[in-house]
Order: sequence, then C-alpha cells, then structure tokens
Amino acid sequence: MLSACGARVDAAGSGGAAAAPSCVDTSGSEIKVGFLNSRSGTMAISENTVFDSLSLAAEQINAAGGVLGKQLNVVAEDGASEPTIFAEKAQKLIRSDCVAAVFGGWTSSSRKAMLPVFESNNSLLFYPVQYEGLESSKNIFYTGATTNQQIIPALDYLKEQGVTSLFLVGSDYVFPQTANKIIKAYAAANGIEIKGEEYAPLGHTDFATIVAKVRDAGAGAVFNTLNGDSNVAFFKEYKNLGLTPAAMPVISVSIAEEEVGGIGVDNIIDQPVAWNYYQTIDTPTNKQFVEAFKAKYGATRVTSDPMEAAYTSLFLWKGMVEKAGSFDVAAVQAAAGGVSYDAPEGTVTVNGENHHIAKTALIGKIGADGLIHTEWSSGAPIEPDPYLKTYPWASGLAS
Amino acid sequence: MDTLVTQVFNGLSGGSILLLAALGLALTFGQMGVINMAHGEFIMAGAYTAYVTQNVLGSAGLSLLVSLPIAFAVGGVLGVVLEATLLRRMYHRPLDTLLVTWGVSLVLQQLARDVFGTAGVDVPAPSWLSGPVEVLGFAFPRTRLFILLLAVAAFLVLAAALRYTALGRRIRATVQNRPLAETSGISTRATDRLTFFIGSGLAGVAGVALTLMGSISANLGTSYIVDAFLVVVVGGIGQIRGAVIAAFLLGVAQSWIEYSTTASIAKVLVFALIVAFLQVRPQGIFTVRTRSLA
Repeated sequence: MLSACGARVDAAGSGGAAAAPSCVDTSGSEIKVGFLNSRSGTMAISENTVFDSLSLAAEQINAAGGVLGKQLNVVAEDGASEPTIFAEKAQKLIRSDCVAAVFGGWTSSSRKAMLPVFESNNSLLFYPVQYEGLESSKNIFYTGATTNQQIIPALDYLKEQGVTSLFLVGSDYVFPQTANKIIKAYAAANGIEIKGEEYAPLGHTDFATIVAKVRDAGAGAVFNTLNGDSNVAFFKEYKNLGLTPAAMPVISVSIAEEEVGGIGVDNIIDQPVAWNYYQTIDTPTNKQFVEAFKAKYGATRVTSDPMEAAYTSLFLWKGMVEKAGSFDVAAVQAAAGGVSYDAPEGTVTVNGENHHIAKTALIGKIGADGLIHTEWSSGAPIEPDPYLKTYPWASGLAS
Repeated sequence: MDTLVTQVFNGLSGGSILLLAALGLALTFGQMGVINMAHGEFIMAGAYTAYVTQNVLGSAGLSLLVSLPIAFAVGGVLGVVLEATLLRRMYHRPLDTLLVTWGVSLVLQQLARDVFGTAGVDVPAPSWLSGPVEVLGFAFPRTRLFILLLAVAAFLVLAAALRYTALGRRIRATVQNRPLAETSGISTRATDRLTFFIGSGLAGVAGVALTLMGSISANLGTSYIVDAFLVVVVGGIGQIRGAVIAAFLLGVAQSWIEYSTTASIAKVLVFALIVAFLQVRPQGIFTVRTRSLA
C-alpha cells in the first residue's frame, strides 16, 4: 500500500519539467474543487471551523450561478492533523479527483508538506492562516496575514502606546521563534528594550515560573505567541498573580474569537490581540457574512480571522478564474495579480508577485461579550512582504 | 531572597498539582499494579463535572466545593465500571491492560468532544479564590494555595484511611499477600473494586482542582498522565508516601531548573534526572517488603 503510493508520487514527480498534464475536467456543468482540512486529530478543533466557512462560500457561489457558469462540486478530504497525510491527500485530490484547486491547511508543517506536491503537479493551494512568512510559491496563494500585516503592525501599535520594553512569551516551535526574531530586530531599530524571552513546550500547563519571570522583569508589555491550550494556563496564572492589562498588556497573535470562551472572558478581558478580521467589524459585507454563517451553523457560533480568510480565498479564486476566463492553472496564475474582493475584513487585493494578499491590520481588545472590538487600524491595506524586503532593519533576517 | 521564596512556593505548588494527579494512580497502579492509561480521562471527567456543576448551580461561589464530592463519585463510578467490565478479566496481563485502557481513554476523549464540543470550556474561579494573597510582600495566588491545601488534605485522609480503617487494612492485606488475604476471609474482589473506586475518585477530585489552573478540554488528561506515572514510579510502587515525596521533589526541581534555564530544558533535565535516579534505585524512593511470592 505504502510503496504503491510512493511509486505514484515518483511517477508524478519524474514527469519532468513539464509536470504530468492536468486531468481537470472542464467539459461538464460542474467543476471539482478540493477542501483539505483536519477533520480529526488535535487540529480538528480549529480546522473544522475553516471547513465550515469554506462550505458556506461554496454554497453561496453555487447559489449565485457558480464559477464561469459551472457549479462547484466539493471533494472534501481529512488531513487528520498529520503533515504526511496532508501531502498524500493533496496528491489524491489533484491526480485522482482532478480538482481545479485545493483550499485548506492550517499548521505551517502541513503547508510545507503539501508545497512540493502542488509544485510538482503544478496545481493550486489556497492557504487561509496567518503564518511566519519567508515563503512564496507560485502554486500557493496565502490569504492569511504574513508577518508585516500582523506582527509589525502590532509592534507599531505598542510603540504608539508608548511601550518602551517588551517581554516575549511563546510556544517552542517555528512560528514563535521566527516571530520573535522579527520582533527583536524591530525592537533594536526602534529603541525598544527586550526584557526577556521565554519559550514553553507545546502543551505546557504550568506557567507559574514563566509568569513570575514576566512579573519580575517589569516590561511595558508582553508579546504572546503561545499556541493552543497553553494560553489558558498562561492567562489564568497572569490574572491570579494580580497582573492586569492596564499595568502590563499582553498582546496575542494566536487568540481569536473561538479561543476566548475556553480561556474565560474574565481572564483575558481588555487584553489586545492582532489580526485582520473580527466578527464585530461594522460593515454591511461582514454583517451579511456573520448572519449567513450563524443561519447555517447556529447562533452561538462565532466567526474568526482564519475562517474569514478561508471564505475569502474561495471568492478570490473565483475572481481569478473569471478574469482568466479559464480554469487552467497557468492562466489563473497569470490573471491573479490585482484581483480584488470586497471581503468581510474589507477590500483585499492579490499581489501577483508573491501570491499573498494586501489586507488591513487591526488591533482589537477583548470585550465583556467575549468578542473582539477594533481599537486601532492600519487605515489602509498593507502590501504583503513575506521576506520583509522593504524594511531596512530586517535585512539580516531572511537569510 | 525574593526568587528563593517565589520559586520554592512555585515548586511546592507544582508538586501539589502532580500529587493530586498521581494520588489516585498511586492506589490503582501503585497498590494494585493496574496500568490504567484512562486515569487521565477520569481527571478530565472531574474537570467537566466542575463545569456542569457550576452551570447548574449558577454561582461561582460554592459550586467549586460542591463539585469536589460529585467529581469524586463520577471518577469513582467510571473507575468501577472500567474495573468490572474490562480490567478484572486481565489482572495478570499488564500489556493487554495498557492497550485496552489506552483505547478506553481515546473513547472517553471522543465522548467528551461529542458531549461538550471541541472548543475548551471555562470554569471561572470563585471570587474568594481570585487574585493573590500578600504575605510579607510576596504575592501567592489563592488558587495555588487552595490546590496545595487540597492535595495535602487528600493525602492525609487517604493515608489515615489506609492505616486506621478496616477497609484500609483489607486493601493493604490484599496488596501484600492476595492468597493469604483470601484465605483469611477477605473478599479480594470487593476490595479490588473499592480500591479502584477510591483511586479513580481521587482523579475526579484532581480534575476539579485543575480547572483553576488551565484549559478544560477533551485532552486535559493527556497533559498529566505521563507525569502522574512518573511520580508513582519515582516514589516507589506500592507506597503512598513515596508519591508525596516524589511529587514535591519533581515539582521543586522543575520550577528551579525552569527559573535558571527554560521550560523546555527543565523538562528534559527532569527526565534525565529521573532516568539517572532509576538506574541507581530502580525500585523508587520507597519499597514495600512483602512475603508474597508474586
């Protein structure tokens, strides 16, 4: 079983420079697209929400007449929270199901595992989650934020608030480590002192020592890149030691509407977070999105940044295909630059060179209602710059 | 000096959390020799019991205390059901027990996801436990003091029950020499079941305490099960007081190493220390001398 699978990958890979010809069937009244999310395993808790918003987008597109007159036929696969399974399922979606594009992935390791599959088959992946940057592939469209649309605006915000020293707390893996490198370079260039830097193993549950270090260092603010359940233990400890957002705010880049309930609103109220979308955004487009989502999945459900980025990704692909007048990958890639969409987060535009999208950065604060309310905005969409080439202080980072 | 006091306290507090998680296991694994991988899920069941109790009673005031006995019963009943349906059929097959109870733990996790949803839930700490207590200029979180007291109380009650009650004598007799205990007229079946009830019930109590510290979700138990087994192994199989000393030693070691290095390195070093210790003393801190042939 395994060797057969491997052989197939090799066969596809050894197709040479001209990848195996696409088998996408555009003759009928339907066009197949793939949704590849973890429906089981540890990431299911997050990725199920992305699957839900993708399904809503597909339903709405079909109700409005489809793409180039063809109805979307969704083939859903489970990545099972395992990067190797993501790669296998991506291969299956492209070569056996012959989908025109795939939407999904969450962790960076799942994206990195799928990248060679999409490149060797010359197919398209739409990836909806903010990530650590330093990547760009012509076969991937990144509809979440890269670092200059989330982390750097968060630092700009803190600087505007008069913060002159930071303490960095993160989980011990690639995203926090990369983010903190960027934060340290920014701090060095902007006269912000880094009072300390602490990493906790993934799944760490006892934050007494780390919070004690944070308290003793007495920084102006804490920059939090902790992941998952660790946030709950961290914020409970933070509050129990008597630390407050007024005295030392903790700005987070991985806590969205979905996570607030589990942390407990009391434990995190008034703390700032950095994203590009909040459920509370007051525009007609977002109201329609939130209402449609709640109508389909229940009034208690919330919408978050990755969900919105996934929803938007399907409409951006539709825009590219319609601009190209074809489902052909090369034609879609050529048409991608400049395609824009009036998304729930605001207008977003695809950057044809690095395949990320220009989006507005928003700093929000967690309210008593458990939702996030915008406090600060970058005002206009920020052009994506995954390698931070336009920031002189970041010149040493990309290497 | 500040650091010394804070870190000793954090170490003791971390130790008390370990002790609560491991105390029940010291009975079921330590005394009975059953490798129960689902012990972590009994902890999770206790945490969700606190959540449900709080939702029913509404106020955060006394519901935490009310949920302690309820969680003990919930954990205990789960334990007895597991014992009566599966474990008693495999008392002399430790590897099978390990696999079966691991399977049970996966089933219970999925059950929790289906009932309570995949997102974590929150049990707000009651107002009398929020914030720190100031003593001589040091801030001690009330929640941690509460858990420390609860762990010590749970240990004292358990130790007294084992030492002074008829039930305790029966448990000890069965552990030390099962055939002789049986010959003396002790129903070892009933004793096993009761021991399992108490051990699993203690896991439920630990679950209530852990709601004060971290996230309450289906995989809560998996965060603690390995540490709990470590405590029992280091403490010495068959010894409750060994678990106490091991829990506090590990807690203090973790918090001290973490303070001078990082959380990841502390975890590695503590593991290395345990491996080194078990090389020198494979039987753990304490051992039971028995005349049983088993």
